[in-house]
Amino acid sequence: MKEVLFFEDIQHAKKSTTTCVSPRNFSIYFSVSGKNKTMTEKHSFGVTAVSCHAWNSSRSEIALSQNDSIVRIYKKSGNKFDETASLTEHGQQVTGIEWACKSNRIVTCGADRNAYVWEVVDGKWKPSLVILRINRAATTVRWSPLENKFAVGSSARVISVCYFDEENNWWVSKHIKKPIRSTITCLDWHPNNYLLAAGSSDFKARVFSAYVKEVEGKPAATPWGTKMPFQALMAEFSNGGGGWVHSVSFSPSGDKLAWVGHDSSVSVADAANGNKLSVVKGNFLPFIGITWVTENSMVAAGYDCCPKLFTQDNGGNVTFISDLDIPKEKEEGTISAMNRFKNLDKKASAKETSTDVRTLHQNTITQVTIHTGTKADCTKFSTSGVDGQVIIWDFKSLEKSISGLRIA
Amino acid sequence: MSATLKPYLNAIKHTLTAAICVQNFNSQVVERHNKPEVEVKSSKELLLTPVVISRNEKEKVLIEGSVNSLRISIGIKQADDIEKILCHKFTRFMMQRAENFVILRRKPVEGYDISFLVTNVHTEEMFKHKLVDFIIHFMEEIDKEISEMKIALNSRARLSAEEFLKRF
Repeated sequence: MKEVLFFEDIQHAKKSTTTCVSPRNFSIYFSVSGKNKTMTEKHSFGVTAVSCHAWNSSRSEIALSQNDSIVRIYKKSGNKFDETASLTEHGQQVTGIEWACKSNRIVTCGADRNAYVWEVVDGKWKPSLVILRINRAATTVRWSPLENKFAVGSSARVISVCYFDEENNWWVSKHIKKPIRSTITCLDWHPNNYLLAAGSSDFKARVFSAYVKEVEGKPAATPWGTKMPFQALMAEFSNGGGGWVHSVSFSPSGDKLAWVGHDSSVSVADAANGNKLSVVKGNFLPFIGITWVTENSMVAAGYDCCPKLFTQDNGGNVTFISDLDIPKEKEEGTISAMNRFKNLDKKASAKETSTDVRTLHQNTITQVTIHTGTKADCTKFSTSGVDGQVIIWDFKSLEKSISGLRIA
Repeated sequence: MSATLKPYLNAIKHTLTAAICVQNFNSQVVERHNKPEVEVKSSKELLLTPVVISRNEKEKVLIEGSVNSLRISIGIKQADDIEKILCHKFTRFMMQRAENFVILRRKPVEGYDISFLVTNVHTEEMFKHKLVDFIIHFMEEIDKEISEMKIALNSRARLSAEEFLKRF
């Protein structure tokens, strides 16, 4: 049974290579190659992986972590980024960074079970402690839209919803515990500032109420539910397949929830439509990040090293539209007789088979975030990768360079 | 390369490409630990179903995946006693120097001759596709190496036997 499956895989691979060199696609590749330079901004931050990144409100500064305990802040000057500050408070690897745009605060969390909120005091970044009350690594952090709360996911199978306690001058937290069965891998806030989506490695995506009565008024009803006491489970989804959930994202209206899992799927649940589920699976490797870019379209990226565009039509069906990084086809040069026979002997094919990755990112993409615009009308988005690069993609030039691409 | 070897290696290559999708994952059982889940097996939901790809009874590969690591165990062709001895010596030689091979495991998984352990640290430091290529290349070479050694051993044995029998 399993072996049959693999031979099918080989068949797929064969098919895809033949389409790549078909004359029709050649012309597309060439037309892209001319505009490739204007299409995207590529910034390299060394050879170590960029595990997470965050932009400030004017997009002139970026905070990122390079797989270690330090958060580095870079300021854009001309075409490149210069390091202006490094935040060294974490004792182990930093796992999440988010920059609150309106209040200009950075929240970071790390494998050392701590989170810090950073504020500029006298031109320097000063941390303030957050009482998370967790005993395992924190994995991800997200500011709420109004920036009066943030949520921290952790390997302790809890979500800490944190808010500022004026009396003691620190951030305190409330826990969402049930019915989480495994590590929280990703979080996203509903635009109404009350609901919180969480993905976890128990194969489920969930929507919780994170209404903290100490800091805010009563929430209005949403399609997800009317009564929202803290910690209430509003919805729980599984796409039937299994696979750790790597990223969740609320749509700009907040009515739809999209998530990606390790089973290479993109799933969307529509609360306004009776929690109708739509799942798309394809011949891709799993995705790590997903974000909405309009009310109907999403960009997902991950182990394929290439961001991909998905759109939900009016019927609710999600479809794969296009790769957003179409590599240009290499010209086939002449090959010496000796190499030809060497290849025949070693790889059982006479062709020169190059092992370079043809996409812009040379390794797994770790995060997708909106760069310019909002989830409802995104014009630029950025991706960070294990290859140490941060790439900013511009939709306008993408639409121009990829024939037939329309972002609905 | 024989006709059956290529589909065998191709199947392994595609399975590895899918299985090598690993990420950083802190232990949810032990505080401040970050261990390869495929080795510690602390949480069932973090492990993938192991896959065996076999060309024949002896030549097979076991690929065990998990959220932050994967283990590849290779069974090497051993047609006769000489090959068995050569294979044992050869893998022992390499596994004693495992740190130089970065992803090599010091002990093979039971029932196999040699094992590799790839973790998220390796995929962050090295290119994913190059890692896959390395393992495929290794599998191509080790068969060749062993049959070459066998031929060299046989010819040397023949020579010394001839010299010895000349005396009678």
